[in-house]
Formats: sequence, C-alpha cells, structure tokens
Amino acid sequence: MRQLPEGGLPVQKVTPMKILDYMKDHLLFLDGGMGTLLQAEGLQPGEHPEHWNITHKDVIVKLQRAYFDAGSNVINTNTFGANSLKFPTEELDEILRCAIENAKEARDTSTGTQEKFVALDIGPTGRLLKPYGDFDFEEAVAVFAETVRLGVQYGVDLIMIETMNDSYETKAALLAAKENCDLPVFVSNAYGEDGKLMTGADAAAMTAMLEGMGADAIGVNCSLGPKALAPVVRDYLKYASVPVLLKPNAGLPRDVDGKTVFDVEAEEFSEDVAALIGEGVRIAGGCCGTTPEYIWTLTEKTKDFQPVPVTKKHWTWVSSYTHAVLFDKKPVLIGERINPTGKKRLKQALRENDMDYLLTEGINQQECGVEILDVNVGLPEIDEPAVLQRAVYELQAVLDLPLQIDTSDPAAMEAALRRYNGKAMINSVNGKEESMEAIFPLVKKYGGLVVALTLDESGIPETAEGRVAIAKKIIARAESYGIPKNDLIFDTLAMTVSADPNAAKATLDALAEIRHGLGCHTSLGVSNVSFGLPNRDNINGTFFALAMSRGLSAAIMNPYSLDMMKAYYAFGALMGLDENFTAYIDFASKALPHQTAAAAPAQTGGVPTAEEYASALQKAIVKGLREQAGELTQKMLAEKAPLEIVQTEVIPALDIVGKGFEEKRVYLPQLLMSAEAAKSAFEQIKAAMTAQPGTSATKCAFVIATVQGDIHDIGKNIVKLLLENYGFDVTDLGRDVAPETVVETVQRLHAPLAGLSALMTTTVPAMEETIKQLRVGAPWCKVVVGGAVLTQEYADRIGADKYAKDAMETVRYAEEISDSLS
Amino acid sequence: MVVQKKIYPAPPVQEREIFRYAGCREIKEEFRRQMEECLAETEGKFQYQVCWAEYPVRIEGDRLDLTFAQVESHALAKNLAGCEKILLFLATIGLGLDRLITRYSRISPAKALWFQAIGAERIESLCDLFCEERNRELLPKGQQLRPRFSPGYGDLPLGLQKEIFRVFEREKTGVFLNESLLMTPSKSVTAIAGIGTKKEIPKEEKCGSCQKAGCPFKR
Repeated sequence: MRQLPEGGLPVQKVTPMKILDYMKDHLLFLDGGMGTLLQAEGLQPGEHPEHWNITHKDVIVKLQRAYFDAGSNVINTNTFGANSLKFPTEELDEILRCAIENAKEARDTSTGTQEKFVALDIGPTGRLLKPYGDFDFEEAVAVFAETVRLGVQYGVDLIMIETMNDSYETKAALLAAKENCDLPVFVSNAYGEDGKLMTGADAAAMTAMLEGMGADAIGVNCSLGPKALAPVVRDYLKYASVPVLLKPNAGLPRDVDGKTVFDVEAEEFSEDVAALIGEGVRIAGGCCGTTPEYIWTLTEKTKDFQPVPVTKKHWTWVSSYTHAVLFDKKPVLIGERINPTGKKRLKQALRENDMDYLLTEGINQQECGVEILDVNVGLPEIDEPAVLQRAVYELQAVLDLPLQIDTSDPAAMEAALRRYNGKAMINSVNGKEESMEAIFPLVKKYGGLVVALTLDESGIPETAEGRVAIAKKIIARAESYGIPKNDLIFDTLAMTVSADPNAAKATLDALAEIRHGLGCHTSLGVSNVSFGLPNRDNINGTFFALAMSRGLSAAIMNPYSLDMMKAYYAFGALMGLDENFTAYIDFASKALPHQTAAAAPAQTGGVPTAEEYASALQKAIVKGLREQAGELTQKMLAEKAPLEIVQTEVIPALDIVGKGFEEKRVYLPQLLMSAEAAKSAFEQIKAAMTAQPGTSATKCAFVIATVQGDIHDIGKNIVKLLLENYGFDVTDLGRDVAPETVVETVQRLHAPLAGLSALMTTTVPAMEETIKQLRVGAPWCKVVVGGAVLTQEYADRIGADKYAKDAMETVRYAEEISDSLS
Repeated sequence: MVVQKKIYPAPPVQEREIFRYAGCREIKEEFRRQMEECLAETEGKFQYQVCWAEYPVRIEGDRLDLTFAQVESHALAKNLAGCEKILLFLATIGLGLDRLITRYSRISPAKALWFQAIGAERIESLCDLFCEERNRELLPKGQQLRPRFSPGYGDLPLGLQKEIFRVFEREKTGVFLNESLLMTPSKSVTAIAGIGTKKEIPKEEKCGSCQKAGCPFKR
C-alpha cells in the first residue's frame, strides 16, 4: 500500500490535459472538506474564510497540497462565498487572484503524480430568490457572472458550482458561467433527508434542467453522509447522460465535549463512496468533516476500479422546480386553457394585467389532472415579452406543473425561457429555416423540449409522407445545433375534417410513422379536427382515442371536456397503463358520479332557500358557499341587470357579514368565506358585463401594496378581496414594492386612494417614505395604512390619512372617500 | 461553540391554537371542515428543524454580554435574571407552508388564513417540543429553561437577528434573513432561553414581558 506522503517535494509538471478528455477513461477525484480544517487552523466564527487566501496563504496552500498529495485530481479554490454581495469588486478580484494562485501553487508543489486540475469554486449567494425570498433572478445572475469573469482571467480548468439548495439559484449560477466563459461547468446540489432540495426539486427535475442547459457533470454534495445520499445518487445515475458527481459529508456532526465530531470515519466513508463508484459515479470527493485521509483511503480503495461507462439515456422530458414529466407510453395531458384565442374574459384579464384570473385557470386545470400547462398570452395590444415572462413567473409561484411556453415571438420566448425555473416545453418550431434559426439557439442555451410542427415554407403537406419528410429535415437541422432528437416532439397538425375528409387520416398516419419509424415523440392540438361539425367534443374524444392508439405521446387539450377525459382515462385502463385502474376509478367516481355505483349519493338540499334572507344568493354569500353563489348569480343574470344584482344582492349580503365582523359576532374565517362567495358571484357578473361593453360595476381606483422590504401579504390580500367585493377597481402591486412604483401607478390611474401594508417595525420607514413621495407626486391621493405593527399613533407619526385596524375598516373608509367624490 | 442541528418528527397538533391564530376565540365547528382540509393538505410538506448552541451570559443592569453579541435590553435582562448560560436557537418548519400560502392567497384568502394559522401553531409547537426536550436534560441537573425570548419582543432590538444569523451561517439552515430582518421561511423562530435554576414559571409569563396593548392574541 502507498504511504500517505508528508508533502513538500516539488515534482515535474505533467503535460496539461483537458479535464473532459481525462474524464473519458478515468475516475476523477475531488478534494475534501475545507471549513472544518480552517477552523482547526484558527478561523474564527463570523470570519470570512475567503480572506484567508490573502492573509493566510501558507495555510491554504498547505491544506490544498495535502489533498493533491492524497490523490485528488481537482482542488476547489477557497472561494465558496466569494461574491460581490460579500466583497466590493476590488477586494473580490484580489481574493480570487490569490485563491487561484494558492491552488496552483499547491498543484505545482504536490508530490502526487496524478493529473491535477483547479476548479473555480462557486457556492450559493446566501440570499433567497423570489418568489419566496426577495432576491431577483437577474441580480443573482449578475452576482455569479462577476465572480466567473474575475476568476477565469487568472486561469482555472473548470467551474464548480456546489452546495446549491435552490434550483432557481442553481440555474442563475449555471447561466452566468455559460455566458461568461467556455470552461467545463460541474454543478452539484445539496439535498435534504427527503431527497429534495430546500425549494423542492428532486434529482430528475435537476437533471432535466441542468443537462438541458449544458452542464458537463452533475451531482450531489454536502448535507448528509454517503449512505443517506445513496438514493438520490442512484436517481442521478438512472436519469443523467453526463458524468455523476458525489461529494458527501462525513455523516452528521455531533457535539463531543464542546468539539464538532462527524460520525462516519474514513474507512466507512470510502467503503460507501467506492460502492457508489461501482454503480456508476465518475467523480468523487468529500465535503464537511472529510480530510485528506478520507480522500487517500478512497483513492486507495478504488485504484483498480474500471470506471462504469456514462451512457446516453435519451429521455424526452420537461421539468418544473419540483419534478420532471417523462414522455413515455402513457400520453401526457397538456392544458390549453391559458390562451386568449376566442376567450373574452381571458383577453380582458390580460389587458387589465389581472394575473389572478390566469392563475385560477392554471390551478383549475391542474385539479382536472393535466400534467403540463400551455401558456399563451398573445394579444396584439400587449407587450408580449413582458407579460409572458410575468405570467410564467407568477404561475410558477403558485403551481408546480411544468409549463409549455407558447408564442410566435422569439423575443417573448427568450424572456420566458430565461426566467423559467426548470426545463420548459417550447411551443413551437417548424420546418421553415427562419423558425429553426430563431428557436434552436434558444433550446441550446436554456434547454427545453421543443414542439416541432410538420410544416415549412411550402405550407402543410397534404400527405403523411410530406409531413414525415419535414420531420426528418427538422431532426437533421436540430442535430447541427447539438440538439438531440429526444428534445423534439412532433405535432403532425390536426386539420379540419369537414374541409377535407382525409385530413384526420393523414395526421394519424404521419404521427404513427414519426413515433414508430423515426422513434420520436408526438403531440397534437386535438380540437381543430372537429371545426364546423356539431357536438364537437364527441368527435374530439374519438379522434383523441384514435391518435393515442397510433402512438400519440401528448395532447394539447381542454381538460374541462368530459369526452376528452373519458377517452384518456379509458385508454389508460384498456392499454395496461393504469395500475389497478386507480386513475380510471378515481376519475369515474368524481366526474361521472351518476354513472358510477361507488359514487356518493348526490348532495340534497344544498341550494339555500330564501328563509330569513332576501334571496338564496344572499344566503349563499352570507354562508360562504362559493360554488352556489356563482351558480345562483348565473341564473339571476337571465332576469336581472348585472349592476342591479350587485346593488340589491351582493352588497347587502356582504354588509350583513361585515357588520357582524365589526360587532365581533363574526370571525375572520367566515368574513373571508363570504368574501370568496361574493367574488365568485362577481366573476359571473364581470363575464356578463364583458359581453355588454360600456357598462361598469366599479367604483373608484384603489392602489394597494405591501411596502418595500416586506414580503408578507396575507393581510393585504384580504383587504384587496373585500375592496373588490365592494366594487373598487383595485390595482394590486404585490409585495416588496418600491415607493416610486406606488407613486407612478397612483399617478397613471389618478387613483384617489392608496393602501399600504407593513408587518414589521423595520419596514415602517419604507411606508413613511412611500407616503412622503405620494404627497409630492400625487397630493390628491388619500393614504390608508394597516398591518401587524401599526397603531393609530404610528400612522399619525408617518403622516397617513387613515389607520385601518382591519379589512372592513378600510372598506368603510374607501366608501367614504368614494362617496365624497361622486 | 458547537452548533447542533436536529430534524424532529411532527409535534402533536393543538387545534385550539390554530383557531386562535385564525382570529377565532373559540373552536367553531362550522369552520372545522375547512381547517381540517387545509391541515390535511399540509401533510408531508413541513420539515421540522432546530439548530442550537449554548453560550455563557453576563448581565450588568440592562447590558447583556451574550458572548456571540452584546445588547442592551431591560426586558431580556429581566427575563435572564439569575442565569449564567443561555440557549440560542433557530427553528423552522421549512418552505412548504410559504408555498401553500402563496398559492392560496391568490385563489382563496380564507384558506390562506388557515394555512397561516396552522403554520403559526406548527412553529410554536416545534419550539415547545424542542424546549421540553432541553428541559428533560436540564432538570436532573436542577436547571430549567426560562421562557424563550425573541428579537423584537419588548425592547430587544430586531437588529440582533444579524448576529444570530452569523452564528448559524455555516449550518445551511435553509433560513434566510432579508434586509428588513424578515426571515424566510416565514414560519421560523430565533430565540434566546435562559438556563437557570429550577423554579415555578407562571404560565402568563409567555405574554408577560410584551408591552403591546390591545393584542388580539394576548393570553
């Protein structure tokens, strides 16, 4: 057995070799822990270890050399937290320069004879990205970009992004690396005991996203010991087509007589890691608690190992920030409802920037069982890149389905793909050269599964052969961009049968040939086929079933269509794709209750009668019965004018509850349930009024926001809901809103009222500043404030017009102001 | 000082507390269904984690040397009177609840309110569980924790959060402090609990040191 060398002897330099070439035939060994070793050398709590690159050069070189001497091929520079949030540029530059010099000195003076490389180490920023934190995605990209730019000028062999526990921050770091250097990039994430990142992603989701963006190796580090990480590592090995990396902790830390001790020792550690190398891990080292002894033992144990070859897995998949959706035998449902074509209410919502409507549409489709959501916001009069980017961001804040980004504007596509947290579905490219030139570079850069339409400059071929020929052309062109065919999904274009009786047949023949002949996945927008025929759902459902039987992998469809869902679930049950018929039985009992013996008896007596209330609708609102309030309103609209319903039904009902709340007879949950019921009544009224332009149910404009620095907005959302119920035209600016944004919006709308919310004493100054700016920029505007820390005294001191202790008080005040205006 | 970290199983649910945080002074049966629906939806979405460390403390009047920080606070000095050591901890139930709140505050503020109340109850129950566990170690030594005290209580400045986060910086706690000193996940608690000799601690002391007038949550 080799002896662990004492170190110190300079050795001859080996011929430089590119790390990716070396990795083709070799296992790659990384270094071990640094933090615990630095603490042993005297690093104080709260002291930045990165400073030691300058102040304790000898210590850093000694520790890194010890790793090279122990057999590490790669040393990470001591730059885990070296970023512009912690250090000013000049200091950051100096830290990076010294850190890279130190690592190179360790490399050049080590006695080890193995190939040696230096990695620029990049850890998390320490800030949490929006929507859960307050750090903007592009700001994060800029922070990482600066470290990469400054670091690479001093010469490193690769970039190592590590210990990331948020998929979105990981994407920001990888994007920054790719945009600022040509070096290989390894990406390693820190998983919890539940096998997920802190923000929810599993191994498949991370693999789909990171490979799509071109990471050269991916894997896991930190958090846990090798045994506890094994299940996640095995998932990586199952899913990844690039080399997999493993850098676990020496188990968990314990307190032994006031000292931190890790519970997995070098022998056990290297035994466990070696086993995973045997299963396919190609890059291995250690994280917290590991020392050169661990690396030495590991390299000894594996010196006769033949590396397991890395194989292409050819997954066709997309991912969200939590999970991946694989296209396989079972067809994937893609909800088509977020698309303004032919939908007046959605058009209105988009023009009014009313994202809540869009989000509700997304959540409803998710509840119907779709696995991916198509997002199309194309309207001629809106700024599509901005609106699409915002829609994607907002949808990802409330639901975890992968999205299909649907736009014909490449600028909008790029804006949305850049911000998308995961690997998106891209709708679409086609056989036209112009389309491929615009879309393929985006697929290459951001990753994505792209829907390819079988049409080109000469239109849509009538025959199946013509469409298959275009598919072949698209595959070849994609390959020239380095995009494999499993990242393409072909849409053979369902045409209207009423115009051409052979249309459906051509579509299906092309589909079958592409699926089985070319081995690519397929997708269809199903509903076109029935255009011009009566009972369209019936035709659509049958066509859908036919397409699935020919090998359809996915459908862009209306999940509210019972015929489509029937076909989908029946197909799964008949083709052995639904184990124990669980999905079919669940669907049948929920959607087809009157046809299912197992179903619960229909609810009786659910619709309230008038009794003590003026009407059933009033009772439904008072009792907080959301669905009934909507249904009753819809019926009432046949007889009464929309505005009359608001005045004689909705507002009086809300007043009953509101008054009860003010008198402390009604608790907050009931007030909110009633408000939601009223909102569902309003949705019906709004839809009816969209159909009759020129009418309006709204009172004056009210701008509402949670102030800058404050990220809690439950209270603000409650106030907003009630104001909307009482007919105010509420513009919600969200949370963490800059004073300038509030002023600009109040000016633009000439709003007579603004409401500001703050939760913490630390954000009251931001509230005060917002009021100050409003006084200058919009002196007409009355400002009402509220929130946990506020009191009348506080409100007076910061110059608010009104302190409202709860949502009802805000409504009363707003009505007072609104009445004084009319 | 050694920082320790532990993942806990879910503490038992205290329904009355959930109702209290939702603004109901009593358990209202007509809301129970919605509350239980929300509670069921949180299943498996929380991760109960606590990081902690012990420090010596020196008290001179209202000036406290907490070892990891120096601070002036009459209320904390009173709370820690007679203690030579403190337990500093950071507890969280993770981001799962923030996800649910973000989702439902857009589509159902009533449900968002329940999730908010459930989260408040969960994190408080976790702190209780953790402190009980520490007390089980302390009692045989004739010692006991004083009621926990967080930055922002009484006159203890919220700015102390920065020093507390520095202590736990290297632990990958998954808890972040923003520039306004707000924590994410929102259901996280930092607190100091004095380690003193065993004594009877009256229940009211939980709210006793707080000056906030007219607080709807006052016990």
